[in-house]
Amino acid sequence: MIVMRAISKRYLMGDQEVRALDGVDIDIGRNEYVALIGASGSGKSTLMNLLGCLDTPTSGSYLLNGRDTATLDDTELARVRNREIGFVFQSFHLLPRMNVLDNVAQPLVYRGVSRAERLRRARESLDRVGLGNRLDHRPNQLSGGQRQRVAVARALVGEPSILLADEPTGNLDTRTSSEIMALFDALHRQGQTVIVVTHEADIAAHCKRTVRLSDGHIVEDRVNPERG
Amino acid sequence: MQAFLEAFRAALVSLLANRLRSVLTTLGIVIGTASVIAVVSLVQGFSESIKQQLSELGGSTLTLEAVNTNENFRSGKINTIGFDDLETLRYRVPGVGAVAPIMLVNTPGISYRDRTVSTEVRASTADYAAVYGRFPIKGRFIASADDQGRRRVAVLGSKLVDDLNLPKDPLGEYIRIGSEWFRVIGVMEKQGDLFGFSLDNYVVIPFDVGRALNGNRLRPFMQVSFTIDDVDQVDTIRDRAVRAVKASRPGTADDDTFKIQAADSVVKQFDEITRTTTAVVGGVVGISLLVGGIGIMNIMLVSVTERTREIGVLKALGATRRDILVQFLLEAALLALLGGLIGIAIGWGTGALIASLIPGFPPAAVPVWVILGAAGFSALVGVVFGIMPASKAAGLDPIEALRYE
Ligand SMILES: Nc1ncnc2c1ncn2[C@@H]1O[C@H](COP(=O)(O)OP(=O)(O)O)[C@@H](O)[C@H]1O
Ligand SMILES: [Mg+2]
Repeated sequence: MIVMRAISKRYLMGDQEVRALDGVDIDIGRNEYVALIGASGSGKSTLMNLLGCLDTPTSGSYLLNGRDTATLDDTELARVRNREIGFVFQSFHLLPRMNVLDNVAQPLVYRGVSRAERLRRARESLDRVGLGNRLDHRPNQLSGGQRQRVAVARALVGEPSILLADEPTGNLDTRTSSEIMALFDALHRQGQTVIVVTHEADIAAHCKRTVRLSDGHIVEDRVNPERG
Repeated sequence: MQAFLEAFRAALVSLLANRLRSVLTTLGIVIGTASVIAVVSLVQGFSESIKQQLSELGGSTLTLEAVNTNENFRSGKINTIGFDDLETLRYRVPGVGAVAPIMLVNTPGISYRDRTVSTEVRASTADYAAVYGRFPIKGRFIASADDQGRRRVAVLGSKLVDDLNLPKDPLGEYIRIGSEWFRVIGVMEKQGDLFGFSLDNYVVIPFDVGRALNGNRLRPFMQVSFTIDDVDQVDTIRDRAVRAVKASRPGTADDDTFKIQAADSVVKQFDEITRTTTAVVGGVVGISLLVGGIGIMNIMLVSVTERTREIGVLKALGATRRDILVQFLLEAALLALLGGLIGIAIGWGTGALIASLIPGFPPAAVPVWVILGAAGFSALVGVVFGIMPASKAAGLDPIEALRYE
């Protein structure tokens, strides 16, 4: 499903070149459950943004569901983000002026789905993450854990082929963190492909596969031992 | 369409979230629109009332003239208006009211006792007074009975009374025109001078009497003036009249050398004044709307900056450049439209207030097209000045936008 070859991403800081990613090769298949780990600044978020087509690599090739993303223009990339990718961010990134239901329904706006149908699917998605009520609350009226559930529901509403989460538990306490991870576990069991960026070992332990980044290189890629 | 509707909703939501700021931002547009509506409502009210007065006076007056160029005189194809054209206007052109011909009578001069002066002798009908809105101050005007009975009676322009040394009350005196004697039955009101020429140096006699004096030529030099029933239809009726007159001359419909024109004076001058006023107001409004537009552009730029992260999120969720562009353009347009609507309400009120405060001023009137125009134009200002902020929003890089604090 995901095939990355020799992916590099370089930034220019003044006259200094920062190699955020340097020759990354990675394949991720359907229904995998992958943890991207590494120290701060190792390039995890950069890789995540490339995977989610939010950004384009400086060099290398990225095939997503058989399509070379280098050939896609701006509008087509937006379409890919809309249909293939569901993002979950560390700081939730909910839309502050919209209520929970409208937040979750928003991705469907860009698919031309009617409002009634959007709200119906948004409710369904919220049910999936265990948020059946408080649908007319504003994000700032919710706890961190609830906000992240809303964000997950929003990521899922368009039934994307990949769920991408960048430090989804970074702003949550331990208890809420494990609730969110339990949710990811369940989604994975239901067949969802999930990729989680984290620097916490116990979060990564939820996943079936761990990819470790260091200075823009993949230094480790292993299958996790079955938990039990 | 769905995306458009949703963008519309989003724009509304965001405007409502900043109610006070939204209203303050549109102040420029509010003032611009309010002033145009106030001035236009006053001018329109004024114009309506003048037009109505004109209608009551017997409507606006058009004059049918045969136009001749040097070429016409050289070739001998001289355009004239004949008696048959009078009939055409009277009976075959809908919308024509009273018809008054003026035929000039050739005469060496007119005399009273031993004084002879040269003057313009106009042969016309009873409708003359109504058509030109000129009335006698002494005695009466020519009546149709004078015309039918071919009575030799005359109505004098006020200057002639002095020039001919007539008594203060000249009614019943006899004057000589050419070789015929005419009884004075009236004196016209004074019109004064125009460019140093007196407008009161003329005498009016019954039309058929003048025709006889002219030797019953079929096509004498003549002009025909007529009133129209509905001032607003002036152009339609003018065209109709000219077409009807041409129709009675086979082969002239497309003949450029044959020219019959109908000219109106009062309405035209008046429209000219209205147009000039409107243009001046338009200029003033243009400037204030420009200022208003810059205000909107400014607040939209602020708004784009404030919502940078939100824009990043929308892009991550799959919004295209176009989606973002449309959303912010709509927001700017709605903002400006809001200002326009408030301005229309304030302007309307102001116009009505001013009209009621000035004694004798006609009530203000705001035509629907002005309201629609003002609303549409303010929305357009929003779109135009929204383009820059909206394309800035649309062009944001999603990752940088998401990271923006
Ligand atoms: N927009 C940018 N401009 C310059 N350098 C950047 C930019 N984004 C990331 N970097 C650099 O790239 C490296 C990897 O960053 P990132 O992917 O955010 O790391 P992580 O998420 O693993 O903490 C860091 O050294 C960071 O400073
Ligand atoms: Mg990071």
